[in-house]
Amino acid sequence: MFGKLTWSAIPWEQPIPLITSLVVVLILLGVLALVTVKRWWPYLWREWITSVDHKRIGVMYCLLGVVMLIRGFADAIMMRSQQALAIGTSQGYLPPEHYDQVFSAHGTIMIFFGAMPLVIGFMNFLTPLQLGVRDVAFPTLNSVSFWLTASGALLVNISLFVGEFARTGWLPYPPLSESTYSPGVGVDYYLWAVQISGIGTLMTGINFVTTILKMRCPGMSYMRMPMFTWTAFAASLLIVAVFPILTATLAMLSLDRFFGWHFFTNDLGGNPMMFVNLIWAWGHPEVYILVLPAFGIFSEVFSTFSGKPLFGYRSMVMATLFICVVSMMVWLHHFFTMGAGPAVNAFFGIASSVIAVGTGVKIYNWIFTMYGGRVRFSVPMLWSLGFIFTFVIGGMTGVMLAVPPADFLVHNSMFLVAHFHNVIVGGVVFALMAGIDFWFPKAFGFRLHEGWGKTAFWFAFVGFWVTFAPLYVLGLLGMTRRLQHINFPQWTPWLYMSVVGVGILILGVISQVVQLVVSIRDREKLRDVTGDPWDGRSLEWATPSPAPFFNFAVMPNVEGEEAYWGIKLRAIETQRLGPEPQYEPIEMPVNSVVGFYTAVFATVTGFSLIWQIWWLAAVGLVGAFIGFVVFAWRDVHEYHVPADEVARVDRARRAARLALLERIAEREAST
Amino acid sequence: MCPSPTREIRRTRPGRAALLAALVSMTSACSGGVLDPAGPVGAADSNILIVATVIMLAIIVPTILLAFWMAWRYRASNTRVEYLPYWSYSGRIEAVVWSIPILTIMFLGGVIWIGSYRLDPFRPLPSAQPPLEVQVVSLDWKWLFIYPDQHIATVNQLVVPVGRPVHFSITSASVFNQFFIPRLGSMIMAMPGMVSQLHLQADKVVTTFGQSAQFSGDGFADMTFTVSSVPEAQFATWAQGAAGAGPMLDEAAYLKLLQPSRNVPPQAFGGVDPTLFEAIATQKIAPGPGPEPARPPHSGREVSALGSR
Amino acid sequence: MIDTSLPAAREVARRAHEDPYRLGHRDHGAGPVEGAGHGETGPARKRIIVGYGFWIFLLSDIVMFACFFAAFAVERNATAGGPVMSELVEMPRVGWETAALLLSSYTCGLSFAATNARSKLWTQVFLIITGLLGLAFVLMELSEFIGLASRGITPQRSGFLSAFFGLVGLHGLHVTLAGVWLATMLAQVQVKGFRPEIVHRLICFNLFWHALDIVWIGIFTIVYLIGAIT
Repeated sequence: MFGKLTWSAIPWEQPIPLITSLVVVLILLGVLALVTVKRWWPYLWREWITSVDHKRIGVMYCLLGVVMLIRGFADAIMMRSQQALAIGTSQGYLPPEHYDQVFSAHGTIMIFFGAMPLVIGFMNFLTPLQLGVRDVAFPTLNSVSFWLTASGALLVNISLFVGEFARTGWLPYPPLSESTYSPGVGVDYYLWAVQISGIGTLMTGINFVTTILKMRCPGMSYMRMPMFTWTAFAASLLIVAVFPILTATLAMLSLDRFFGWHFFTNDLGGNPMMFVNLIWAWGHPEVYILVLPAFGIFSEVFSTFSGKPLFGYRSMVMATLFICVVSMMVWLHHFFTMGAGPAVNAFFGIASSVIAVGTGVKIYNWIFTMYGGRVRFSVPMLWSLGFIFTFVIGGMTGVMLAVPPADFLVHNSMFLVAHFHNVIVGGVVFALMAGIDFWFPKAFGFRLHEGWGKTAFWFAFVGFWVTFAPLYVLGLLGMTRRLQHINFPQWTPWLYMSVVGVGILILGVISQVVQLVVSIRDREKLRDVTGDPWDGRSLEWATPSPAPFFNFAVMPNVEGEEAYWGIKLRAIETQRLGPEPQYEPIEMPVNSVVGFYTAVFATVTGFSLIWQIWWLAAVGLVGAFIGFVVFAWRDVHEYHVPADEVARVDRARRAARLALLERIAEREAST
Repeated sequence: MCPSPTREIRRTRPGRAALLAALVSMTSACSGGVLDPAGPVGAADSNILIVATVIMLAIIVPTILLAFWMAWRYRASNTRVEYLPYWSYSGRIEAVVWSIPILTIMFLGGVIWIGSYRLDPFRPLPSAQPPLEVQVVSLDWKWLFIYPDQHIATVNQLVVPVGRPVHFSITSASVFNQFFIPRLGSMIMAMPGMVSQLHLQADKVVTTFGQSAQFSGDGFADMTFTVSSVPEAQFATWAQGAAGAGPMLDEAAYLKLLQPSRNVPPQAFGGVDPTLFEAIATQKIAPGPGPEPARPPHSGREVSALGSR
Repeated sequence: MIDTSLPAAREVARRAHEDPYRLGHRDHGAGPVEGAGHGETGPARKRIIVGYGFWIFLLSDIVMFACFFAAFAVERNATAGGPVMSELVEMPRVGWETAALLLSSYTCGLSFAATNARSKLWTQVFLIITGLLGLAFVLMELSEFIGLASRGITPQRSGFLSAFFGLVGLHGLHVTLAGVWLATMLAQVQVKGFRPEIVHRLICFNLFWHALDIVWIGIFTIVYLIGAIT
């Protein structure tokens, strides 16, 4: 009746997951109770859960990503501390069957449910604003994408207290991940969580490729798009090209596990090497999906806080597309040691180094953006300078790993672990922190507290290096990754140093939380009244903060690169705004419950497939289909915002801008 | 609370000094690892690693310094330098900016091509002596070494003669593993149903360790083996002494080895069935069993044969 | 220092116009230009956006099929002592399946021509014929699988058979889901007529059906034809 599911799926005899689950459930119930008591449900339902507004969906993505980053960080704390404790005769506090789940969950959560949602959240929030349009090409599909990702995240978290998680690492190599060697439900949780969220991500990719290519405001040709939009485009192209590979590969593994097929098994003609090839053909472009928008964020930050246009815009575009294309040609560098032979290894090694060309060009262009500028050391700029230091070193270690004979020494070692954290934390996470600080006022109407932001940065920067520099040394000393227990006491000082670094990182996380709390408390003092707190250069800064739900009362007409900068300078020169436009009613898409509804049924289907409750899986699929049909049957999919409403909102914006102009005029008169 | 930009930049300098100090201390702690090779393969591999590092450092150190210098010089409070609000292109700078990475990568490409061929694990090492043949099987969670010419086998213990190349034929009897002896150099994957080749050589008398570099399950962390390189004569004595002493590694004994076990102490077998390795590599003998499948009382969760600790 | 000989905004505009890297983009004219979505003419119409997005989805679906084709290519000889491809091919049945699917593509095209002519009757008629032909294809394929299974040829037998059933089965699954979609479209057209969003969905459905046909041609050639020859 219930497939493999029984009451003993709950880990009664394992205190750590049991207590953690209890705490999480209590927090969840507490939050639900709070929302109920305060009668926030109608507001949440109307404004957030059923919203198809790209800005709202972007914020929800970022929220999901931040929460899951913290969960992944908790896993990381457990891993570092276990390794520092379990040296020699000591076994630490995590037995292998638990430790193996922790490191697998850490990687899975950080990539799929931490970094990806945050990056996609930024893409969601910014791209239509930067393009000067009202929403993405398929707003309801956008909502479905988010809720499917949330459904995947939910499934991973359910695995903590019903059943177990995968014990194979974040990429479940067969034969270890086949049912012979992983008979539990752990790998199935992984498979369905990633499959469901992968479908959501694929739809995001389709959505953004269409939006960027087919929906730009008048005058915005390709070479006038802001750099972040270009990188969002490259990332979306990569998503469309490679997420189907992930879907196909995990589907093959699911067929092997559920129905005894032989795509990747040890016997009867299965080919585990094929899994390694397919999964990395997805896996390498995946990290470029993460890092290209991060580069886009840095382009925006460097040019804004240097007070100059980005240096070498065309080169940047070319470098972005170059990286996008070449990233699909390098996947074998993840398994040089699988014995493909010197010619193949050398080809992929050279291709991997060639990507460094595109990245190097970008770094130099950012440096020369600062040349001749007026650099302000705001919080985003600190993150960006920290990124240059950190990411460039991480890139260097990457090029070292791209040399096959060198890789033969440090493959899968702590050196590798340090390298990819170096580029992902130094590249993606630093960019996300910079971006959060930079665009927070646009999303919420008030800036974040600067002092706590700088504190958080320094803790993160120092903490990162104290945590990961020793891991480079450990890799060179011969330590491999994913060890639950350390047999070599000479590695001890480095393991301890790493734990000290984790402590500093914890202080960084706490500082970020304090920053948020203090900013909310002081939000009136930090209020952004003009919509343009940083003297921005692209179109999102032309809107008030927070941006109205229709983004622009009238779609802007773009005349050059840096669409907003020209408009702003003209206004400052002429000491007045452009003429008041002819306000017309605006068509906006209606909210839809189909995203949330789909996710509910996706979770039900995923859970029942995991536990092989076939009738429930059928219910889930049929229910989802009924939802689609009901949604397809709706008669109203747009509503009109009356012209006076548009006029009212826009006049308030113009008044604020006029006030800003007057302030600028006063300041220039007094100097 | 707005610290002046000067303090921001000065704070990075002590940060960088600390990192430099760490780098120096790191080099002193590098004995016993891959940068302390005990054989020609390891030496060549680590040479390439260091060459690649030096090439890249030559590029990135000036780049990082340039970045910080640029940010510092053009800080907003510095009114002595020219503000160029429209300057965003320079053909000369673009040419340099593209050429530096391209030239570096071309050079590195040469290193990669030549190095990949010279250090191909399948390539035999030049030597006056014939290589010692060792057959390696990765099991859950230990390593089996068969010396076909000496008619002995060991578990979790590898003894090799100094100065003589060793030809490893490597397979797996369960899941993917990687055969790795850090001080001797290159690693390679151990895959079921396939035989990988690896050529290594020890040029010094050392006692070091080897491990698996591919996560393979609950007993992975203790899947280490001791590696001793000894003078040729001592190796011959050891091999002759081991032959005949200790149990025979036939199919029955092997099937017992196939059962999952963890933290296995070194063991020696006095005789080996000569067809055993081929039977393992072609999967005539089926691969090892996995953990117990899901059943109550741990529904859905694996229970390894070793229980939980 | 700022060049004060020209007002800053005029300077910006001048540099934009004299931008030496203009890639052939023209000044936008005075009147509103209906957006086709490329260049600087503003956002495209809904019909173009929907069609374009669906094309991108089709490309992604083809990548997924490509993975299964790759798996088939890799494991074509991994028969583990079991049946080889030539034992699986029944050319007559494959011929009928191909005929059914190709014909259904034709009738699908006819149905879309009827949609363009806004004829509800003929749209429905040809959609039904398309659906029946698609159903015939799926039933023939199912009977092929059942026949193979009764001979002991199942995907659990070898890596090759997993790859075969995976690829052909994935295509069959797509055709089945397209059939479900077709049934839904029949109902929608009947109840709602040719509203813009219904026409957009018919465009997407047509693209999907034709794409499945193209994939079948690939399968037919690479799996069955080459399998029968070698």
